[in-house]
Amino acid sequence: MELLSVTDFLFYVFATLVVVSSALVVLMRGPINSAMFMILALVGVGGLFFLLNAYFLGIFQVLVYAGAIMVLFVFIIMMLGAQERLNLLPRHKYIGFLGLITFAVVLAGFAYVLSSQSSFSDLDLNTIEVATYSDSVDYSDFTTSVKSFGYSLFTKYLLPFQVAGFLLLVAMLGVVVLSRRFKATNREESK
Amino acid sequence: MNIGLDAFIILASILFSIGLLGVLIRRNVIVVFMCLELMLTASILALVAFSRYNDTMDGNIFVFFIITVAAAEVAVGLAVIVALYKRLHTVNIESFKQLKH
Repeated sequence: MELLSVTDFLFYVFATLVVVSSALVVLMRGPINSAMFMILALVGVGGLFFLLNAYFLGIFQVLVYAGAIMVLFVFIIMMLGAQERLNLLPRHKYIGFLGLITFAVVLAGFAYVLSSQSSFSDLDLNTIEVATYSDSVDYSDFTTSVKSFGYSLFTKYLLPFQVAGFLLLVAMLGVVVLSRRFKATNREESK
Repeated sequence: MNIGLDAFIILASILFSIGLLGVLIRRNVIVVFMCLELMLTASILALVAFSRYNDTMDGNIFVFFIITVAAAEVAVGLAVIVALYKRLHTVNIESFKQLKH
């Protein structure tokens, strides 16, 4: 077997890590165990982003997805005390069986599409040009700089950017409203 | 790097299928939610891989928005789960039967 290059070897390492961790998310019993393996899977995907030369996205993924969203999950699990060691399979056995069949069907569907697609292997990695931002460069070429993110976000994707900010505001309002104590409405009916 | 685009897409589809299996099988509603995030992560992996191999920045930009939407969705979803837990004192999805006919 010929020696793999470092990036190829790292791809196999991260890919194995991600697949094993995500399988364990599904299979582990307690929710905290699933959360820990989910964090590991997300960090593995961040490593794969580094291999794809998307360095900013790799750090963004680890910081935001694994570092904020999953930490929120862990907070909620610990707050609710949701450590009930439920059995893995649902109460009715046929639900687990149907779930496995759906998994197999979806995976077979992907395999069919990927095997009939012959043009993926034609795409090669381009050498990444250093962005000079002169007038003649195409701004949507792949670069590794953060500057190109900012450029695209404020010109081509300005509307989704503003809408995403609005969405975050609405989500914050929704969370505040949902966390209120709802008093019983019996008093209003008796007046 | 000698890894083709095929490998990344196969990996993303495996991740997506595992997340789907988790959503269908697990009974703890928080773990169901986590497997939903796993499906989203599979899609962003496919996006970044296609963006890299097609020499475009658009896929990377779109990942921003996906992570933003995922964060907002997780916040609101967990608030709903906490409110539900305060009422029913369980996280077992098989006991959420109030809307059942």
